[in-house]
Amino acid sequence: MMNGPSLLRDLRDLGAVRAPATLAPTVLTRLGLVEACAAVETTIGRLWVAFRGNSVIALRKAASARAVEAEFRRALGRSVPVVPELPARLAASLQAALGGGGTSGVRFDLGGLSEFERAVLKKALEVPAGQVRSYAWVAREIGRPAAVRAVGSALGRNPVPLLIPCHRIVRSDGRISDYIFGNATKRALLAAEGVDADALERSARDGVRYIGSDTTHIYCFPTCRAARRITDRHRVPFRSERQAAGAGYRPCRICRPAA
Amino acid sequence: MRNESRLAAALADDLPGNFERAVLTFQDRLFAFSLRLIRSAPDAEEITQDAFVRAYRALEGYSPERRRSLALRPWLYRIALNASRNHVRRRRPLIVPLDGDRPEMAADAGSRPPALVERAERRRDLAALVEQLPERYRAAIILRHVEGLGYAEIAAILGQPVGTAKANAHRGLLWLRRRLEAGDKEGRP
Repeated sequence: MMNGPSLLRDLRDLGAVRAPATLAPTVLTRLGLVEACAAVETTIGRLWVAFRGNSVIALRKAASARAVEAEFRRALGRSVPVVPELPARLAASLQAALGGGGTSGVRFDLGGLSEFERAVLKKALEVPAGQVRSYAWVAREIGRPAAVRAVGSALGRNPVPLLIPCHRIVRSDGRISDYIFGNATKRALLAAEGVDADALERSARDGVRYIGSDTTHIYCFPTCRAARRITDRHRVPFRSERQAAGAGYRPCRICRPAA
Repeated sequence: MRNESRLAAALADDLPGNFERAVLTFQDRLFAFSLRLIRSAPDAEEITQDAFVRAYRALEGYSPERRRSLALRPWLYRIALNASRNHVRRRRPLIVPLDGDRPEMAADAGSRPPALVERAERRRDLAALVEQLPERYRAAIILRHVEGLGYAEIAAILGQPVGTAKANAHRGLLWLRRRLEAGDKEGRP
């Protein structure tokens, strides 16, 4: 009864099955590829971390657990379910990073961003705690010197503020502004890292962009660790790269104030 | 398959972000393949899951170029085949109830039209025969006649020359026909 062409047809029939509905979710869970979010306590209050596996996708503030969903929908264009806690390894790496231990242990999942946005964020990640750089510096460093404004908006959309320290990027005129968690928070974060934001703004307002050392004839961004070691009587303020170059100074190789 | 190479490119670009798509694209095929290899739905689900997990781990170690140039479909079938072999090896001594726990037997036959019942029975009997196929024929038969793949792809999955894959599928078919004829004489397959 099953011979000839009907055997082939019946064999073909055996392929007409569907995978159980539980299959794909189980695979994704086993691989840690399911998105979720959970709360984490930080120095600037409770934040919400969206993650997949041990990678951070986004970090946001929200007034309540209910507001979280809307917040992530705005940030990521999709909703992320809330779970009671972070995976242990991720929680440990976040605690270390938010406690000032550096973000080297944190993995980011920035798949939804453009190449340009990723380049900007990667560059911001290089700025050490306690130092600031300008939007123009980021633009030049990533090879897009004219894209200063785009750098500003890419940092404004930083999905993982704090972890990728966009608060360490300021305007060239020194003004502290444009922070996703508000300017007061940006100042507080910088202060906690040892940056005197007021002094920085004041001297920038007076036109000081760089500090040189008259012993080495090297000039730096004012917050560069090399600049902060220059003693008062050897500090030489500069208004521009041209002025520094004209005085026979070369840019610092650590903070790279000029190409 | 154009979709397949687009998917391979997407995996090369962003593996964690696009792997779900790969699972959704291939899960029915790999599940059907595993189910016909070992004829237990829970085992087939586990094998398919293991296969995807292994595939992901392997892709993590591949360079983007290698991911991009991967022929996903045969590669995944091959991983599923290996996963099923490991599963069989791992499995406790098999004591299967004569009824139940078999996907084709679970359905309630009583309320369905006779033609459908007959078809379900034929399917169940044939599935049992396929599972009894000698190992060297079974994967070839399933890939060729259940999954409908071409011999070049089957040969790649089985790691055999095309001629061997063809011969195994052919002999497997003869084996099935002989068993079916013998079954017809006894009134049962």
